[in-house]
Amino acid sequence: MSHHIVEAQDLHYTYPDGTRGLSGVSFRISHGESVALVGENGAGKSTLLLHLNGYLAATRGTVRIGDYPLTSKNLHAVRRAVGMVFQNSDDQLFMPTVFDDVAFGPLNLGLSEVEVELRVAQSLETVGAGHLRKRPPYKLSQGEKRSVAIATVLAMSPDILVMDEPTASLDPMSRSRLIELLKTFRHTKIIATHDLDMAADLCERTIVLHQGKVTADGPTIELFRDEGLLHRSSLEKPLRMQKCPVCSSRAD
Amino acid sequence: MNNIGRNSFDIGYMDTLAGGDSYLHRLDPRAKLITAFLFIVAVVSFGRYAVFALIPFLVYPAVMISLGGLPYGYLLKKVLVVSPFAIVIGIFNPLMDREIVMQIGGIGISGGWISFASILLRFVLTVSAALIVIALTGFNTVCLALTKLGVPRPFVVQLMFFYRYLFVLTDEAERMVRARSLRTFDAGAMRFKTFVPLIGHLLLRTLDRAERIYLAMRCRGFDGRIPMIRSLRIHFREVAFVTGWAVLFTVLRCYNIPLLLGSLVTEAFR
Ligand SMILES: Nc1ncnc2c1ncn2[C@@H]1O[C@H](COP(=O)(O)OP(=O)(O)OP(=O)(O)O)[C@@H](O)[C@H]1O
Ligand SMILES: [Mg+2]
Repeated sequence: MSHHIVEAQDLHYTYPDGTRGLSGVSFRISHGESVALVGENGAGKSTLLLHLNGYLAATRGTVRIGDYPLTSKNLHAVRRAVGMVFQNSDDQLFMPTVFDDVAFGPLNLGLSEVEVELRVAQSLETVGAGHLRKRPPYKLSQGEKRSVAIATVLAMSPDILVMDEPTASLDPMSRSRLIELLKTFRHTKIIATHDLDMAADLCERTIVLHQGKVTADGPTIELFRDEGLLHRSSLEKPLRMQKCPVCSSRAD
Repeated sequence: MNNIGRNSFDIGYMDTLAGGDSYLHRLDPRAKLITAFLFIVAVVSFGRYAVFALIPFLVYPAVMISLGGLPYGYLLKKVLVVSPFAIVIGIFNPLMDREIVMQIGGIGISGGWISFASILLRFVLTVSAALIVIALTGFNTVCLALTKLGVPRPFVVQLMFFYRYLFVLTDEAERMVRARSLRTFDAGAMRFKTFVPLIGHLLLRTLDRAERIYLAMRCRGFDGRIPMIRSLRIHFREVAFVTGWAVLFTVLRCYNIPLLLGSLVTEAFR
């Protein structure tokens, strides 16, 4: 199934105020791959992800989703295929109750009432937010909002899952639940994150972004061993790959 | 102390109220909408000096609020929040229209004051009627009912976005005010100099966010249609509801009840 391919060719983007967002990003992600996108604050991760569903249009270069370049004509289809979890959950939730919010997508897909109910229940259950269904989304805690935002995207059963810092503000339990959940998700995943442990857990491949450019692209474990690269990109080794200070001092 | 972090303008609570399950909540939204519309038409159609004839119309909000189990105080506050509009509209009447038309206890009341009172009363009646429909139905369902009643969809979608935008606006405003007041220590009123850039900034922020929310809606297949699970159906009870109120409004519109009662009483004491 070639339509789960995501490809960027020499993407350049400058924000209207002149800030450089991306300066020449290229990669090709094939079907079923799970890719982490890492880099320091302001590296351009969010900017890059916003190109993948056509919210931002590159100043130069093209994005391909499936076999076709993203244009305004196939925007609609692309947005259905690409499920995106925003960095800020407040931008994602807009209905009066959690239930309505999660149901919004499936209803737009034209599913029957029974099916919609089922999908909503399932997606809320998978993120452990079943008990929130009657609450107004804007009154939830950040982590609860995050879980609901993820449920709204899961309910659409997208072909490609794009997430901008999905584990930020989740408690440890919700975080590991999300990671387990994402492991079961067989489609293409692109995850921008500062949570390198999650990246190591979930993504066999990592793309490192630095000042709007790709500085490394390869197997996660290898990249994370390269201390020089990590340092240059303002990153640190994931905790599990560091020597444990407590245990090692005890061993002394 | 200004209540940092307490949202005094919690419009979202209307939607929470709409989650109730009274007889009025279960009624088809179209029936409620039509009734509110008839009510507003009846109230607005009175002459500019009507005051006492309007008072019996208070029965409609009163009945709807108590049957629907809505909180009086909350709705009253919402009406007060928007009332400056009515005061601005009506305040010139007493200045322009100084002709004495009535004497109460030897004090002459000018036509201007009476029409001012009339405007305020009408305002309270119509705004509360609108708020009650929303609180019993939920804004999105009201919008759905509007499309079902033949209101053009672009108009309804505009309305929906406006409502959503209000949320974003109050939310962003609240954050900015909170951020500001946590860093200004005199806690006094905001100076004009800081206030003006704050407003401009607020608009930019809300526009940005509104755009991102719109994107989120598009990503989930939004195409101008409002998806809704609740199926709409007109039963006997809807017809009865609308007819009952329509008859009452007609009676109240054609007969000045307080006047009739008054003359009945004087008649009896003669
Ligand atoms: N709306 C905007 N207008 C102008 N410049 C922007 C805008 N959004 C982001 N930028 C700039 O673009 C660059 C990339 O920002 P981006 O949000 O993509 O970073 P990021 O990698 O997602 O960072 P973080 O890890 O903090 O989320 C930054 O220098 C930022 O200042
Ligand atoms: Mg970001």
